[in-house]
Amino acid sequence: MIAVGTRVRARNIDRDGHTRLPRYVRGHTGEVVAVLGEWALPDDSVRGETRLEPCYAVRFPAAELWGSGDHTVTVDLWESYLERA
Amino acid sequence: MSEHDDEPVAVRVRRLEERLIEAGLASDAELDGFLSQLYRDAAPVNGARMVARAWTDPEYRALLLADGNAAGAELGFDRMSYQLRVVANSPAEHNVIVCTLCSCYPVSLLGPSPSWYKSFPYRSRTVREPRSVLAEFGVTLGDDVSVSVWDSTSEARYMVLPARPAGTGGLAEDELAARVTLNGLIGTAIV
Repeated sequence: MIAVGTRVRARNIDRDGHTRLPRYVRGHTGEVVAVLGEWALPDDSVRGETRLEPCYAVRFPAAELWGSGDHTVTVDLWESYLERA
Repeated sequence: MSEHDDEPVAVRVRRLEERLIEAGLASDAELDGFLSQLYRDAAPVNGARMVARAWTDPEYRALLLADGNAAGAELGFDRMSYQLRVVANSPAEHNVIVCTLCSCYPVSLLGPSPSWYKSFPYRSRTVREPRSVLAEFGVTLGDDVSVSVWDSTSEARYMVLPARPAGTGGLAEDELAARVTLNGLIGTAIV
């Protein structure tokens, strides 16, 4: 389990098939702002496999994602989408 | 995806329904009943009632922000198939929701999503240039107001708790609820 306040990087992976890791956050660093729960990883669910994983709300500054902008974007990401920054 | 991509959505949905029925997992009557109940009960007046209660009851507001599902159940919305997360606008922060991967949002509280919410421009631009998108909706924010975008990529669904309009101190809860618009609950309008 990753604690709220931890800095994490969205992994720069490109799996075959379905994923709910948006391309625009891959490789970028953000901060865990909430632990949402343990939910089935969608990448496995579409193959009929159920693997429960913690899911986190991760906040990214716009400047980190796009190189400019003063807003933040918070994205819900499963644990295997993340690595510690 | 597959060779079915060029078929109209309705044809693909019907094919899926037929597979479910053949497999004995559902009947036509059950599917029709589920959909008609969903569309009868799902409307933005539900989210608006929660907002109006939060505006008038500080304890309810705290519950709404801490546990959206429990707050929904208090008003009879106890069949949410998602985790509800409510984000509050303030003089310092404006929230807006989007689903970049598809069109997720809390349908049972907001009703069917508007076509623009599902559009590619809204989904792609809101995470990149939300101030411009909001300005096109008529929401102009000062530089002292930060913008928080929530991309609904998981089983959680987001709803905005708008700021209570000035000069509404004398209004009753149902009058307040009537002020709350669908766009206000998405964050593309000030209430």
